[in-house]
Amino acid sequence: MVVTKASSIFSAISPGQPAGKRPGRFQWGLLAVGVLGFCVPLMAAVLPEDRADFLYHSYSGGGLVVNGPSILARKKIGKSVSMWGKYYVDSLTSATIDVVSAASEYHEERIEKSVGVDYLHDKSTLSLGYTNSAENDFVANTVNFGISHSLFGDLTTVSLGYTRGLDDVTSSVDPNFSESAERSKYRLGISQVLTKNMLMGMTFETVTDEGHLESPYRRVRFLDTSAATGVAYQGEEYPETRTSHALSISALYYLPYRAAIKAETRLFTDTWGVNASMYELGYVHPWKQHWIFELRYRAYQQDQADFYSDMFNRISEFNYHARDKELSTLNTSSIGLGASYEFGDKSWRFIDKGSVNLMYDRYQIDYLNFRNELAEGYAPGTEPMYSQTADVVRFFVSLWY
Amino acid sequence: MKTCLSIMLLLLGLSACSIEPWVKPYERANLADPIMSFDRDPSATSYINHVHEARESSRGAESGQGGGCGCN
Repeated sequence: MVVTKASSIFSAISPGQPAGKRPGRFQWGLLAVGVLGFCVPLMAAVLPEDRADFLYHSYSGGGLVVNGPSILARKKIGKSVSMWGKYYVDSLTSATIDVVSAASEYHEERIEKSVGVDYLHDKSTLSLGYTNSAENDFVANTVNFGISHSLFGDLTTVSLGYTRGLDDVTSSVDPNFSESAERSKYRLGISQVLTKNMLMGMTFETVTDEGHLESPYRRVRFLDTSAATGVAYQGEEYPETRTSHALSISALYYLPYRAAIKAETRLFTDTWGVNASMYELGYVHPWKQHWIFELRYRAYQQDQADFYSDMFNRISEFNYHARDKELSTLNTSSIGLGASYEFGDKSWRFIDKGSVNLMYDRYQIDYLNFRNELAEGYAPGTEPMYSQTADVVRFFVSLWY
Repeated sequence: MKTCLSIMLLLLGLSACSIEPWVKPYERANLADPIMSFDRDPSATSYINHVHEARESSRGAESGQGGGCGCN
């Protein structure tokens, strides 16, 4: 079967389906605005530096390849206003396990455009941002508002943020399919200088979703003795609401010989029954005048959603059913390396300085109750568990002006 | 959200108090070093968060908040 039209960044499609989306991917818009539009300086209430980043990104793993450019630029206007804009492209080629069992490789593109403004007044920074993300069958519009305030002699920065997202979901194979989803995101962040060598940060975030949250393409499989293979398929059905809470705590410590270590943990829970934890350790080491090297290790673990199953016993066994491997029980570990070279000086006409950066991360993802249904010689539902590796590359040039 | 606002108002109220900063401005050279940023490169951080969100179910409270932007 040849996929007629596919969709979704980083999504995987299910057996018997042309292409699919996964829940949560539409929050990319929320994430982008949250990260880019709601960044606040740690040390004091100052506007971000004028800079431009030209990034090439690449993800390759499990039969999925995603790459493309990203351009981000910031510029102050006067002493109180900083504006930024971003243009980002995901070019996707997919033949994942979800695809190859029933369909062929597909290609698609997602384009994301964002703009934002930060306004500084005394010790406070107000931020406003807007993002539009468009695919052939999915459009997401997101607005964000944030405020941060520096206090206690600039040792503490408190920030609050609110993000609202509206998604329009259609289907490339069903012209009559049209659904929507609404999202809200509430964020509280605190950054704290503990000592002259140590910083800490804490963020708590609640996200609520309402609307069509499942893939219009993905299906679940169930046992069916009347089928030749013993297996049949039906569409996914998710609850129409989801509320999640996440708490992260991070710390940075400056070592005596000019290096830094970073530690971070993040805990997550939601009303779908998914509980997750993440731990990360990093080390940053400057070398001579121009080089900075990084090393990091990250571990992630999550439990499955209440309504997930690799194999259901019969059709419509439960009201809600999912077989998205990202909703299964899984473990992820990754090792990352980074190198940055800084160049330039104030004598350049328009540019204060620049840097060339290369970062590489290797991921190992082990699914503990998502089976490799492509494995031969096994009865349905007894195949070995699926696992995959992924390589992530970020190459970018940054200019400060 | 009400809880968040209450905490914010409490902290703003406390800011009016004359708490002596225990790390003086002239002692913050190490903290101002670019390597002491939670998020030195916002584009790169944004992208890796995207990867995590696509491959994992948890979302929210990602790194890159509260510091960084290369702002230090």
